[in-house]
Amino acid sequence: MSESLHEWLSGAYRAAVERNPERRDAFRRSSGDPLQPLYADLNGRTDTLGFPGEFPFTRGIQPTMYRGRLWTMRQYAGQGDAETSNERYRFLLDQGQTGLSVAFDLPTQIGYDSDHLMATGEVGKVGVAIDSIEDMRTLFREIPLDKVTTSMTINSTASILLALYIAVGEEQGVERSQLGGTVQNDILKEYVARGTYIYPPGPSIRLITDIFDFCAREVPRWNTISVSGYHMREAGCTAAQEVGFTLAHAIGYIEAALAAGQEFDRIGQQVSFFFACHSNFLEEVAKFRAARRLWARITRDRFHSNNPRAQTLRFHTQTGGATLTAQQPDNNVIRTTLQALAAVFGGTQSLHTNSLDEALGLPSQHAVEVALRTQQIVAFESGAADVVDPLGGSFYVEELTDAIEAEAAQYIDKIDALGGAVTAIEASYQQREITDAAYKLQMEYEKEAEAAKGTAQPGAVGRVKVGVNRFITNEESDAEIVRVDPAVGARQSERLERFRAARDGDAAQAAVDRIQQAAAGTENLMPFIIEAVKAQVTLGEIADSLRTVWGEQREAVVV
Amino acid sequence: MADRKIRVLVAKPGLDGHDRGAKVVARALRDAGMEVIYTGIRQTPHMIGEAALQEDVDVVGLSILSGAHLELFPAVIEACRDRGVAPENTLFFCGGIIPEDDIPALSDLGFRAVFGPGASTNDIVEFVREHVKAPA
Repeated sequence: MSESLHEWLSGAYRAAVERNPERRDAFRRSSGDPLQPLYADLNGRTDTLGFPGEFPFTRGIQPTMYRGRLWTMRQYAGQGDAETSNERYRFLLDQGQTGLSVAFDLPTQIGYDSDHLMATGEVGKVGVAIDSIEDMRTLFREIPLDKVTTSMTINSTASILLALYIAVGEEQGVERSQLGGTVQNDILKEYVARGTYIYPPGPSIRLITDIFDFCAREVPRWNTISVSGYHMREAGCTAAQEVGFTLAHAIGYIEAALAAGQEFDRIGQQVSFFFACHSNFLEEVAKFRAARRLWARITRDRFHSNNPRAQTLRFHTQTGGATLTAQQPDNNVIRTTLQALAAVFGGTQSLHTNSLDEALGLPSQHAVEVALRTQQIVAFESGAADVVDPLGGSFYVEELTDAIEAEAAQYIDKIDALGGAVTAIEASYQQREITDAAYKLQMEYEKEAEAAKGTAQPGAVGRVKVGVNRFITNEESDAEIVRVDPAVGARQSERLERFRAARDGDAAQAAVDRIQQAAAGTENLMPFIIEAVKAQVTLGEIADSLRTVWGEQREAVVV
Repeated sequence: MADRKIRVLVAKPGLDGHDRGAKVVARALRDAGMEVIYTGIRQTPHMIGEAALQEDVDVVGLSILSGAHLELFPAVIEACRDRGVAPENTLFFCGGIIPEDDIPALSDLGFRAVFGPGASTNDIVEFVREHVKAPA
């Protein structure tokens, strides 16, 4: 039977407020009239919508949502060496950012030390270079790991970075059970779209399920995975494909964990998600609501869960990097604002807003500040955070939510029929779908560019990108280009040489040997990797030791 | 020349996995009737040089978004040149997140065009047709 709004307000909602008071005694209109926490027309839609904090979580994962606590403002940052990035993190925390998000450089993400030949030119470029426990210690200097939560965009080397984080936490006197944060740890979308894989799928997924099991026992506040649609969307897929592929990948991980003897309700609570937010405002709002409801249904029907904590889809959002333009870059502030607002109406748990100059290069400090201020304006000035799920009940938004959920479910069925996420990837299914969608979109933009030469109204023929195929101005770019110090690679290599010379070489070798023995068997690898980083084995050495046992994945090229 | 399709190598040097642009350009050139070989990601300069030689290409297009172009592109040109594939006999172009200030250095290396975000594939196709070198 459907619960009435009155019953919910006096029941679940009141209980939630008693547990955790809201940010204010009352949220008010400009006239001073107080707002209800939730507006609802219960005319028959209760079962598909539910109340906030209740199955199927369409309207949000908590009863009070942002009235209780705002989303975490978490700007992805990192460049150069650990010292430079540490300064940037402390600046962001000083500016009111509420969580850290670490960007690693590509060698760190692909398991090469900074002095490896494959690392040439890439050290410190797209993120911070981390080779050893020494770098990790510097990265979090004067940042208390029991006070901040840290998200790390790290996948094939996630075990190593998590081990380093645990080790540095211990040096700061913080128990691993107190650490909060996330490792992205989503290898499937790396094969599909992002490209930082090392090993073949089998052993890669074992590393992931080892993290699930280890953290369920020892690091209970950690999000063991952030199953990501973001990069597939950035690579060109549609909103429904983003939801469908992401949840299909999540199913793949859960099924692998179940096959390894783990229980869903135990590990499912530490699973989180990551989506993009692009510019079609209401479609994006609907997408987040659809994803939440579809995942809740999957956990119930497929994994037989009735644990609300394991049923809820908790997610991070980043605004759409691929939607930004190099032309008229100031316009990107507006795009990002729309996208941030959609993510908030969609009920995100944390948010990164892109900087206006990211189509030109690395963001400048000024641009990063504007991006963070954008979130703060949405949070404190727009009123969007004062009521739970304010767009819920809109005929259009609810229809779109239903449609995206149904379309995403069809993609999951298709992937099931192909034999599951890994088999579908091996058949290049997701890759082909994304490549096709990206090409189609590009052709729409180009059709518009052609149309702009004639008399057609903007948007009548193709798709408009303001400043690119319509409304073009000839401008001189005066953007300040941020560059990574080119000496960082050489400095990092010298640091490594000193680090390796000073350590106990036999102890390091013994730790590597133990990892290799464990990798050849079935034991959980996490304790061995933690032991190795403490024995001052470098990131590249650990990755190499596993390459020797498992081999490397090669790309099946799809155009 | 009339019978032979223009042969293009599209390559991604370095560790960067952002291949959306490279794939869109590869497909657009193919749709325009050219023979396109796309290498996939994570190519070393040596691998790109070998592919350019083996595939006997008229055009080499490089894509990079990690910011490592000033380090990696000279090495790619050198590896190609070592195998007789040089800007003097082959059309080189590139694209990605490349600051305007870097374009003169890339021109000096032999790149005839740099395409940034928002570039149209029509323009790229036209550019290739117009500038592709006649066979020696």
